[in-house]
Amino acid sequence: MRWFNNKDTLYGFLVILPSLVLLGIFVYGFIFQTFYTSLTDWGKDPAQALSANPQIRFIGFENYRELFTGLVDSRFRQDLVNTFFFTVFFILGCLSVGLGLAIVLDRSPRGEGFFRTIFLFPMSLSFIVTGTIWRWMLQPQGGVNQLPTLVGLPKGEFAWLTSREQIWQVSWNDLPFITALVVSAVLIFIAITAFRGGERRRGYIASGSAALLLLWAFTLGRSLQPLPYDEPHGFNLAFIGIILAAVWQMSGYTMALYLAGLRGIPEELREAARVDGASEWQLYQRVIFPLLAPITLSAMIILGHISLKIFDLIFAMAGADNAPTDVPALLMYLTTFRANQIAKGAAIGMILLLLVAAVIVPYLYSQLKSEVRR
Amino acid sequence: MIGRVLQYTVLFIATLFFLLPVYLVIVTAFKEPSAITLSSTWQLPQVWYWESFTQAWTAFAPKLQNSFFLTITATILSALLGSLNGYVLAKWKFPGANIVFPLMLFGMFIPYQAVLIPLFQFVREIGLGGSLWGLILVHVVYGLPITTLIFRNYYAEIPDEMIEAGRIDGAGFFGIYSRIVFPLSVPGFVVVIIWQFTQIWNEFLFAVTLVSSPANQPITVALAQLAGGEAVKWNLPMAGALLAALPTLLVYIFLGRYFIRGLLAGSVKG
Repeated sequence: MRWFNNKDTLYGFLVILPSLVLLGIFVYGFIFQTFYTSLTDWGKDPAQALSANPQIRFIGFENYRELFTGLVDSRFRQDLVNTFFFTVFFILGCLSVGLGLAIVLDRSPRGEGFFRTIFLFPMSLSFIVTGTIWRWMLQPQGGVNQLPTLVGLPKGEFAWLTSREQIWQVSWNDLPFITALVVSAVLIFIAITAFRGGERRRGYIASGSAALLLLWAFTLGRSLQPLPYDEPHGFNLAFIGIILAAVWQMSGYTMALYLAGLRGIPEELREAARVDGASEWQLYQRVIFPLLAPITLSAMIILGHISLKIFDLIFAMAGADNAPTDVPALLMYLTTFRANQIAKGAAIGMILLLLVAAVIVPYLYSQLKSEVRR
Repeated sequence: MIGRVLQYTVLFIATLFFLLPVYLVIVTAFKEPSAITLSSTWQLPQVWYWESFTQAWTAFAPKLQNSFFLTITATILSALLGSLNGYVLAKWKFPGANIVFPLMLFGMFIPYQAVLIPLFQFVREIGLGGSLWGLILVHVVYGLPITTLIFRNYYAEIPDEMIEAGRIDGAGFFGIYSRIVFPLSVPGFVVVIIWQFTQIWNEFLFAVTLVSSPANQPITVALAQLAGGEAVKWNLPMAGALLAALPTLLVYIFLGRYFIRGLLAGSVKG
């Protein structure tokens, strides 16, 4: 913007340089080192893992292959499925509770400030504190299961946190096929919006790729089986309690975002819609919800990256060793620092990074681009 | 009319959902260990029993001290560095700053599992393994993206004319910072300090991997270990949870406005 005086710009650069060097090493240097470690056999041999000068060999993508298709690593694959379901329900829960509360608070009830404080206070707590509290709430024989007895009903029987029941099971071997179907559906959606918007070239490319992908899925895709046997993975019911606690902690955040958004909608817009004869429901459906769409997207991305990284809440609620409620972020810690399988832990760390980057990089790009335009 | 009733019903149910855990924590923390049974979870204590807090305090006071030392030192250092960085990025953009800034911000979002192994080795190699200073270093470095972002956005609102006026009066890079920008920074510092204080106080992953010796543990690690034990009576973890939650809770209650501002800054937005 303003670097008319070279000396001052130079000072500026020198002042920020140490931070840049530190972040360069601690973020990018360390990511690179983790990536390299993930390509080695460090920790395969327990003696080598703990020695001062380990003999480390380069083995390429073997660790990744094992994680996705090896016999011993089915826990990792279940963890990926766990993260998927956790993320979906956590985001849905936070968005719906947050939006509901924001709409109610937007109508200025009495004691609005009080309620806002109540709904947002869990945000200031540590996930460890939340986890400790909810662990006690969800004791199988007590806590929430005892609530019905207060009004004379029989007590609940749900095995919070310890249930081993899975629903919606899918075989890991069906994953390539299902992924192809989902990607084709997205491509078809892109094609339809492109044709509607008059972008024919884009539409043809998208529909063409969708057709090719579908053709592949129904011919060769079904026979692509990563494992020699069926390995079912599904949604562990033990996660319901953890999702509940996570929504308790984070839905205040979406409420704050939505409330800021609702307060930003000018009153004239609502009045105009009412004058045109819109009912309250139509007003929300046609005017308010579309205006809140960008906030929903930001919230989804922030919550999504939190849920992919979630570690401490599960550590405190179910314990690190409770396999049904494991997630990759926790497995990385156990693999690296408990089992000393350092290279495999590094590989899990890299997979987590890829998942988070897929969410965050486009978001940062679009946020900073729109900022430059302004 | 029905709308009003519905509105207050929703508020009532939501308040119940948000406050039930608080009720349970307080009630349990004040019960005698022998009075804590699963079937009487929700009942008020027969006798109000203060011992749990004395016990929790003896167990946790050193850990609280660790947490305070760690949090305050790391917060101040990262706020100062963030302020200088934000000043540079808002007012003295060097060529390439537009590429460097998003690369910096990315560091705020990465899963720390992707850097944990080299970080662990690095901290050990420079001789800070297991000590609080290693943890302080780590929190300062990984706190830089958010503190820089908040200060940059804050300083962007200081009119360029003021910087220019300072230049005409003969002030250089550091003169403008110390005489114009820094004195105007108080609200920015409040937001950053509150945000970093809560984040670092509440952090767990770095603390549990980098600090091995119990003497240096911050409160989150100590609490997780206590509550994770099997044969533990619940009055103690609940009293401990209250102690661990109190500092950030007080910050939120008394300075909530600034806390929320930090919260919203965390979702980027220029």
